[in-house]
Amino acid sequence: MSEHIVQPRVYLMIFLALMAGTGLTVVAAFYDFPGPLNAVVALTIAVIKATLVVLYFMHVRYSGRLIWLVIGSAIFWLAIMFALTISDYWTRTWFVPM
Amino acid sequence: MPEGLAATHDHPSHPALQHHFENMEQQREAGTLGMWVFLVTEIMFFGGMFLAYTLYRFEYPAAFVSASNHLDIKLGAINTAVLIVSSFTMATAVYSTQVGRQRTTIICLILTMILGATFLGIKGIEYHDKYNDHLIPGQLIPSRPFAPEVAKPGDTDPHKLHLIEGATVQNVQLFYWIYFAMTGMHALHMIIGLGIMTVILIMAWRGKFSPEYHAPVEISGLYWHFVDIIWIFLFPLLYLLGRHLEGHG
Amino acid sequence: MEEFEIPKQPGSNYLNAEYGLKSWLLTKDHKRIALLYLGAISFFFFIGSLYAMAIRLELLTPQGDLMQSSTYNKTFTQHGIIMVFFFLIPSIPATLGNFLIPMMIGAKDLAFPRINLLSWYIYMIGGVITIYALLAGGVDTGWTFYVPYSTTFSNSYVIATGLGIFINGFSSILTGLNFIVTIHTMRAPGMTWFRMPLFVWAHYATSLIMILGTPVVAITILLVALERLAHIGIFDPAAGGDPVLFQHLFWFYSHPAVYIMVLPAMGVVSELIANFSRKNIFGYKFVAFSSLAIAVLGFLVWGHHLFVASQSVYAGMIFSFLSFTVAIPSAIKVFNWTATLYKGSISYDTPMLYGLGFIGLFTIGGLTGMFLASLATDVHLSDTYFVVAHFHYIMVGGTLLAYLGGLHYWWPKISGRMYPEGWGRFSALIVFVGFNLTFSPQFLLGYMGMPRRYHTYPAELVSWQVLHVLSTAGASILGVGLMIPLVYLAWSLRYGRIAEANPWHLPGLEWQTASPPPTENFLTTPIVTHEAYEFAPPEHKEVVGKFERQQPAET
Repeated sequence: MSEHIVQPRVYLMIFLALMAGTGLTVVAAFYDFPGPLNAVVALTIAVIKATLVVLYFMHVRYSGRLIWLVIGSAIFWLAIMFALTISDYWTRTWFVPM
Repeated sequence: MPEGLAATHDHPSHPALQHHFENMEQQREAGTLGMWVFLVTEIMFFGGMFLAYTLYRFEYPAAFVSASNHLDIKLGAINTAVLIVSSFTMATAVYSTQVGRQRTTIICLILTMILGATFLGIKGIEYHDKYNDHLIPGQLIPSRPFAPEVAKPGDTDPHKLHLIEGATVQNVQLFYWIYFAMTGMHALHMIIGLGIMTVILIMAWRGKFSPEYHAPVEISGLYWHFVDIIWIFLFPLLYLLGRHLEGHG
Repeated sequence: MEEFEIPKQPGSNYLNAEYGLKSWLLTKDHKRIALLYLGAISFFFFIGSLYAMAIRLELLTPQGDLMQSSTYNKTFTQHGIIMVFFFLIPSIPATLGNFLIPMMIGAKDLAFPRINLLSWYIYMIGGVITIYALLAGGVDTGWTFYVPYSTTFSNSYVIATGLGIFINGFSSILTGLNFIVTIHTMRAPGMTWFRMPLFVWAHYATSLIMILGTPVVAITILLVALERLAHIGIFDPAAGGDPVLFQHLFWFYSHPAVYIMVLPAMGVVSELIANFSRKNIFGYKFVAFSSLAIAVLGFLVWGHHLFVASQSVYAGMIFSFLSFTVAIPSAIKVFNWTATLYKGSISYDTPMLYGLGFIGLFTIGGLTGMFLASLATDVHLSDTYFVVAHFHYIMVGGTLLAYLGGLHYWWPKISGRMYPEGWGRFSALIVFVGFNLTFSPQFLLGYMGMPRRYHTYPAELVSWQVLHVLSTAGASILGVGLMIPLVYLAWSLRYGRIAEANPWHLPGLEWQTASPPPTENFLTTPIVTHEAYEFAPPEHKEVVGKFERQQPAET
């Protein structure tokens, strides 16, 4: 696998997108979105920003399947930890003893 | 991908090739994979704290909003920008080694380090503000109990804790514990990152890197970007969520 | 594998390539680092065994006549901490795995030799801090460090011990990282994934757990230590924190950690069963993938440690169900080993005796785990000696036996000397008998209600004391059984018969080089053309000494 050299132009665009994302998330934080949407908006922007960093700054877009697999497994295991722990907290109040 | 079937073309071996690798390609592959696997452990390490944050955010929403709104959003946003710029300079450092521009590499590495230090400085200012406002949780500093007085309705003193309905000082303290644990751990990673960058800078200064051999720059770049990503999540979670409720106390 | 030259005259090897203390303490050779680990781990095993002896002596009588309850609390805690974190978790991976993985895949070393050495130093630093904590006054929280006792109430050296374990965790992470990268990038030409010995597959799965689990326990223990320091934290109920969260985070690692202990053991046993039956393993891919399945499923079951800890009953049901699913890949392994034995030409050498012992004891340990994974029976059995017996069947009956089996099997490769076979078989038998006598009475004790971590029990319950006496007697036999190999293995280093390169006449790559191997393992990089465990059909058999030597099949 020969190395892929990302051009500075791409880095610059990603950098501007990240700065814009930061501005956007600060502005959005002061708007009162209905329900839990504030958290959804903030986290969506954060995930997009992180994805840009991973794909371009960290070159994953140009890396082999193995690196994708490594990142995927990290996300998968994090999901296991969150899902199963939350399954406890979420259902604790369901059961009311007589 | 070589997948263990190491390619065996016979170019003369590079001085940086370690004895147990067949060629530079295999060495680079191993180094990159090694760093990514290490970053997986870092994700799980921070993951435990993110999980705690999530659970308590659901448990005590009001206290978390009150506590979060006391953080300095300006300094937080500036720090986010500082880290993004540092990631950009880091990426440029990697690019310039790839194309063999040694001077640019050195300049970019120095800029990255200055930005990293700036981040830590601003973080220090924030910590100091929290100290002044009596917001150090527990008995870390025994003579300063946590939030001895909170703002009464109508009181606009920004140094006092403003509780919205349903929030208790005890639970606000829990937020600050998580805040200090997570940002402290993040700052520790920044300090380690600065150490790594120092080593890389010295190596670059001595002209160790070339378009054929620049894996160390690339690999430390991965670490630096990762620390940036952690902050990309910490910023909204700690500083932003609940901002729209500010002043509803 | 006729391509490899096995040097006739043992020339320079990894043991005599360099001399002096410095050449050992600064070595980057995975084989030497494995020996450094072997020494350190044996030391910690010895310390842990002393605590075990103290526990068994105390329980000989119903009264607390040997030590006070506070001393007893420290004794079982320190036994657990030393054995789990400083012996069982590094045992097979850091010694046998470190030594053999590069050789089995035809590499010159692990991918990161310096990190490998660093991991040993980290292990030693963690160990020294822990030993300091034990000498300074010890720790009494149980090896599980449950909050709020550990954060708020215990008066013992929790922070120092926690720090020792936190640091030690990084040694485990670095070992796992090294193995994963090595297996991905360092395989010799022709060594495809499905030609790798099952020992390597098992270590790959183990490394996944080390990588994904250890950081979580590291941050958890760190938070406990900080919480103790600051008198507040996320586990502190007084601040609105939840102690059960600690148990979630702790067991997220510590249940999979059981598979860190037993998966490498399964890898060793796969080698032993196939090679000492002189047959290809039955269902290679099933055994290989079952290792990965155990690594993944092992992460989904931790909640069965929280059945009686105020965890939601609905989460309990999910965890109970998921716990049962781990039985599937474990059973696949046991069935496939058994099927491998079928019509094999089995030789009952010492390693094989340990391997066969493993299968039986692991099966008992696994099946009794089913009782604990069921919600209703666990309410009765939780925190009793049934649990103690169950996990000792897995950890001692499983991991320790496989470790000893592997050590004997590869001893000629490691030391260049043969161990005395007669003594080997004799002590394997003693260990097996002693082990069963120690821990099978504990199943009954637990079922009758004897709680774990108690140093007294009612004197009027004569049957309890009878069982405890049996258990202590068994522990003494086990102790003798473990001392014998210590003596004869040390003896063999000097007086043992010189080992050939391939004393068992096996096709594995690690046997195709000198004993002990040269520093870079092979004189030339091997090119692999065969599957693992490829024994020739009967017409290729040739009798050499007491073995039927099986030529590897022609290409």
